[in-house]
Amino acid sequence: MLNFFQLILIYAGIYAIMAIGQNCITGYTGMLSLCHAGFFCIGSYATAIICKVFGLSFWLSLPVAALAAGLVGLLIGIPTLRLKGDYLCIATLGLGEIIRNVATNLNPVGFSQIPRASLFGYEFASRYKVPFIILIWAFVLVFYILFQQLAHSRLGRAMVAVREDEVAAQSNGINVTKYKISSFVLGAAVGGIAGCLQTAYTLTVQPGSYTFMVSVMVLCTVVLGGMGNAKAVILGAFIIQFISYLPQLTGLTNVIPAQAKQIIYGLLLVVMMLCRPQGILGRDKYRYGDPRTRMEKLADFFHRSKKAKGGRA
Amino acid sequence: MSTLTLYMQYIVNGLTLGAIYSLIALGYTMVYGILKFINFAHGDILMVGAFIGLLIYNGLTGGEAADPGAWTLIAFFIAMIISMIACALLGMLIERIAYKPLRNANRLAPLLSAIGVSFILSNGAAWIFGTQSRRFPYPFNNEPIHIGAITITPHQIVVIVVSVIMMVLLTSFVSKTRMGKAMRAASLDQSTSMLMGINVNRVISLTFAIGSALAAVGGILASFDFRVYPSMGTMTGLKAFVAAVIGGIGNIQGAMIGGVLLGILEAVGAPLLHIPNGMRDTVAFAVLIIVLLVKPDGILGKNEREKV
Repeated sequence: MLNFFQLILIYAGIYAIMAIGQNCITGYTGMLSLCHAGFFCIGSYATAIICKVFGLSFWLSLPVAALAAGLVGLLIGIPTLRLKGDYLCIATLGLGEIIRNVATNLNPVGFSQIPRASLFGYEFASRYKVPFIILIWAFVLVFYILFQQLAHSRLGRAMVAVREDEVAAQSNGINVTKYKISSFVLGAAVGGIAGCLQTAYTLTVQPGSYTFMVSVMVLCTVVLGGMGNAKAVILGAFIIQFISYLPQLTGLTNVIPAQAKQIIYGLLLVVMMLCRPQGILGRDKYRYGDPRTRMEKLADFFHRSKKAKGGRA
Repeated sequence: MSTLTLYMQYIVNGLTLGAIYSLIALGYTMVYGILKFINFAHGDILMVGAFIGLLIYNGLTGGEAADPGAWTLIAFFIAMIISMIACALLGMLIERIAYKPLRNANRLAPLLSAIGVSFILSNGAAWIFGTQSRRFPYPFNNEPIHIGAITITPHQIVVIVVSVIMMVLLTSFVSKTRMGKAMRAASLDQSTSMLMGINVNRVISLTFAIGSALAAVGGILASFDFRVYPSMGTMTGLKAFVAAVIGGIGNIQGAMIGGVLLGILEAVGAPLLHIPNGMRDTVAFAVLIIVLLVKPDGILGKNEREKV
């Protein structure tokens, strides 16, 4: 039981990272991309090839994976992102399938027995789950902070403007294509890093595990939690992984069919769209006019009486 | 066999494939024409159609064991018609439950809902029927016919004939009948056609019914070549969508032309460029990207500017 909870923690972390990437694409910029499995796959293969074939460090594979996934995102993004969102969705679905197709054709068995990652002399072994949980959630934290900052930055605001109304954004001088592509490349790169972490944990890579299903799971995570809200996305990752391990947790593996979780994901998407399209937590509300951070606002709230008139805002 | 006849053979094979793509592409294009969204579940309706067709055909004839004859051929068409009706109802049901409430929501919502429906259908089928692929037995004697150096199998002829009949029926329905006129009006301008007394809800329902029925036919015809399995709709549906984009999405004639073109490109392009069989799907995708780059509105599409 404890074992499964630890597994859920690990996979919720990996999916949270992927979902943060997807959230950047779908939540901030409003583009429906369906190839996170592809970026995930690229990341996993990058780690596998760098650690196993070249015998280099796992840490080196992280930037390589991010670059490789970002580059593929850039190459696919330039022709497709100029177009309406509907085309993007199909084009990315195709891309995800093709990445898997190419991976299967180049190396049908994948890689196994990939060397373990190590940090300051400590080797991460799959048997000991707690170090992995710490490692993966450290990454989640880093990406959460990075993307939270991004949302408040000029780049993030431009992305949101593109999501809300492309024509209006364009007429305000926002280069729509540029921001769409940057958001896509960023999301792709994060997806690649999630792939590295997954490989570091499982130490095997099989082309068969990067199906469309993974992309839908990531999308479901974002939709369930709340699009455009990084906290919500992490919550979504927990729920999705909980559903995924429900048969094992309840000990009903023989009763619940293998497809049950996929059907639940499908139902979740439909029901969420019908009943609560903004997700469980809804969108993050940003007050762009107010430059104070949350701590400063809190401080101002307590000091209002002393300062009388004239806060910083 | 000389190179020329070899390529003639590829073109014949491509035509068969293209006819199937056209049938499926019609459903995408019709729905897009009216609702401006991609019905993701369309590919899975095709799969459901193929399964229903296969089950009914096997139930009527005893499946593989049956000797091809007049009865198997009749059973095949009975199975096809029942499957068409069932899929039409399924398409209408999906529209009513998953898309209709979202008609005024933002553009992302129906797409996500459609992905959910597609997932439910394909995994539901995997649950009920299992994941193994099944062969659709030929209801007729599939002895190849040689015309000169080119070989045509009867199943290719059936695929092409049935598709042509379906497309002729659809074209005359859309251009000649009152309901067809209403469909064209609704795709041109929904709110105006509502003011003119057209029941747009009914038109949309009908569009889904027709598109899904055509997908059922496409699914059954495709299962001769591709077998029947729960995820068969994903790739076939994706390619049919590419076909619809090539022809100009929203345009019925365009979908037919685009399907045939894509089928031929795929059948000829793969051997011409020495692409291994496992990577053939990449051809369709490359075609999509090229079309989107060069002429995003497709061959017959109109160039529409997005208005504020």
